[in-house]
Amino acid sequence: MARTSPWVRLTLRTVVIVYLVLLVGWPVSLVVRATFTDGLTALRDALTDPTVVFSLKLTVSVALQATLLNTVFGVGISLLLVRTDFRGKRLLSALIDLPLSVSPVVVGLAIVLAYGPRGDWFGPWLTGAGVDVLFAPLGIVLATAFVSLPLVVREVVPVLEEIGTDEVQAARSLGANSLQTFWRITLPSIRWALVYGVVLTLARSLGEFGAVKIVSGNLEGRTQTATLLVEQRYHDFDHATAYAVAFLLAAVSVACITLVTYLRPAHGNAR
Amino acid sequence: MSIEVRNATKRFGDFVALDDVSVSIPTGQLTALLGPSGGGKSTLLRIIAGLETADSGSVSIEGRDATHEPAQKRNVGFVFQHYAAFKHMTVAKNVAFGLEIRKTPKEEIRERVDELLRLVHLQQFADRKPSQLSGGQRQRMALARALAVRPSVLLLDEPFGALDAKVRKELRDWLRHLHDEVPVTTVFVTHDQEEALEVADEIVVVNEGRVEQVGSPDDLYDAPANRFVMGFLGPVTELSGRLVRPHDVHVFTEPPAGLASTEGRVVRALRVGFEVRLDVALVGVPDAAPTTVTLTRAESRTLGAEAGSTVWLRPAPHALTLAV
Ligand SMILES: Nc1ncnc2c1ncn2[C@@H]1O[C@H](COP(=O)(O)OP(=O)(O)OP(=O)(O)O)[C@@H](O)[C@H]1O
Ligand SMILES: [Mg+2]
Repeated sequence: MARTSPWVRLTLRTVVIVYLVLLVGWPVSLVVRATFTDGLTALRDALTDPTVVFSLKLTVSVALQATLLNTVFGVGISLLLVRTDFRGKRLLSALIDLPLSVSPVVVGLAIVLAYGPRGDWFGPWLTGAGVDVLFAPLGIVLATAFVSLPLVVREVVPVLEEIGTDEVQAARSLGANSLQTFWRITLPSIRWALVYGVVLTLARSLGEFGAVKIVSGNLEGRTQTATLLVEQRYHDFDHATAYAVAFLLAAVSVACITLVTYLRPAHGNAR
Repeated sequence: MSIEVRNATKRFGDFVALDDVSVSIPTGQLTALLGPSGGGKSTLLRIIAGLETADSGSVSIEGRDATHEPAQKRNVGFVFQHYAAFKHMTVAKNVAFGLEIRKTPKEEIRERVDELLRLVHLQQFADRKPSQLSGGQRQRMALARALAVRPSVLLLDEPFGALDAKVRKELRDWLRHLHDEVPVTTVFVTHDQEEALEVADEIVVVNEGRVEQVGSPDDLYDAPANRFVMGFLGPVTELSGRLVRPHDVHVFTEPPAGLASTEGRVVRALRVGFEVRLDVALVGVPDAAPTTVTLTRAESRTLGAEAGSTVWLRPAPHALTLAV
C-alpha cells in the first residue's frame, strides 16, 4: 500500500463511505427518525399493544430455541466433519451450506411439504400424534433453525481444524474420557468461535421473514412474529407501529453486531 | 519386560506402515526407537499408547493385555513433538490435569504439582500460560504433566524435534539425568542417531515398518546386523568391496610392506573442525565414488598427504567391515 497515492486512497475511501451510507446508513437512520418523530409515543403505543408484545415475545422465544438447536447440532456436526472420516462427508458439508444459497421461501415450502398434514410422510403421522407443525410455533422454530443452520458450523469448523487433535490425544492419554475431553479441552478452545457463531445465529433468527411467513400462517396473536407484524402493519397503514417494531429489531441487530465486533479481535488470538 | 508388542501390523490404505513388528521394552530403562523419517516409529509408539490401533497383533503393558484398552485406561504418559500444551490453562493446571481427572484430593494435587514443577525447574512459571514459555520450557511442562499421574511407562515422540540444536542437546542430557532420578520405563522416538547413542540404554532400529536390530548403543555401533544399521548409526565408506567406517581406514604414503593395500589419489582434503577428511579416488575403479577417510589433525600433519598425493589404503586391523 506504500505506493498508493493519497488521492487514490481518499477517492476509494469516499466511494466506500458514500456507498455504505446510501445503502445502509441512511435508510436505517430514517427508520430511527420515523420511530421518534413524535418522541417516545410510537414506541410506547407499540409496547402497550398486546399483539405487538405477543409477536416480540414469540420472536425472541423462537430465536432462542432455534439458536439452542443450532448450537448443539452445530457443534456436533462440526466435530463430525473435522474429526471423523466417513463416506458422504463432502456431501454433508455441501448440504450444510444449502440454507445460505436457497431462498428462505423455498425452505418454507419444503417444510410445508414435509411436515404438513397433507405432506408425504412425516406430516400425517405427526398430525395423527397430535403434534402441529404448520401454523404453530414448532414450524416457525424449524424454519428458523433451517435458515440459520450453517452459521455456527462455519465458525467452529475452521477453528477445530486449526487446533488439530494433539491436545485431545494428550487429554485421553492422561485418562480423560470423551465427555471430559470435550468439556475441559475442546469446548474452551472453540469458545470464542462458538460465541461468535451463536450471536450471528441469534441475529439471523430474530430477523427471519420468508420461511416463517409460509409455515406460520401469520395468525395475529398466535403465530405472528415481529417481522411478519411489521409487514402487516405497514400494509395496513399503521406506520407508527411498523417503524417502532422495525426499530426494535434493528436495535437488537446493532447490539449483536457490536458484540461480535468487540469479540472479533479476541477470536483470533484468545487461545 | 515392561512393554511387549507382538506381530503388530498397521496399514494406512495400501501402505504398510508396520509390518509384523515384535519388540520387548525392558522395565526401568530408557529405550530409543531410532530410524529414518516415515519408517513407522511414531506409528509404533502410538499403538503402544492406544492412540492408534494395530490391524493385527497385540500389546501388553506390565504383563497386562492392553490390545483392546482405550488410551485413557492404559496409564501411559505421552509427550508430543509439538508439546500439545493445553493452551487455555496455566502451567500448574496443565500439570494437574491428569490428577484432577482422577479426582485426587486438592491438597495432594497441589503438593504433587509443586514437586513436579520443581523437578522440571518450572516452579516460578506455575501461573503462566504455555504461550508465555519457550519451546524447551513447554516441553518440560509437557513432561511434568505426563509424569504427574505416575504412568507405568513414559512415551516421547521426538520430544526435542521442534527445538534448536543447543536447547536440544541440553534437554537430552537433562532427560538422561531425570531418568536416573525417576526411573520410569521410557521409550522415546528419534531420527537422530547421535541422540539415541548418547541417551539410550537400548536402541530399537526401525526402518520401512520393520525392526532392523535391537541392542545397546555399543552393540549396534560395533556389531551392526546389516548395512542399513551400520550406515544409519554413523558414516560409512566403501573400500575394496566392503563397507567400513572412514576413521577405520589406515592411510600410507608408501605401499605398506607385506600388507594388502589399495592405491589411490587424494582428490580433496577438507578440514572439518578437529578432523581432516580425505576423498581418495582408487586406482582401477575410476568411476566409483571416492573412498572417504577421516584423520585427526595430528595424524594428517604427520602423514603430509594433500590433494594430488598418491596414497595406499587398508582397513585398520580389527576394523568392522561388512560386504557391500
Ligand atoms: N494417519 C495416517 N494416514 C496415512 N498414512 C499415515 C498416517 N500416519 C502415518 N502414515 C504413514 O505411515 C508411515 C509411517 O509413519 P510414522 O509417522 O510412523 O513415521 P515416523 O517413523 O514417525 O517418521 P518421522 O520421523 O518422519 O516422524 C509414513 O509413510 C506415513 O506417511
Ligand atoms: Mg514420527
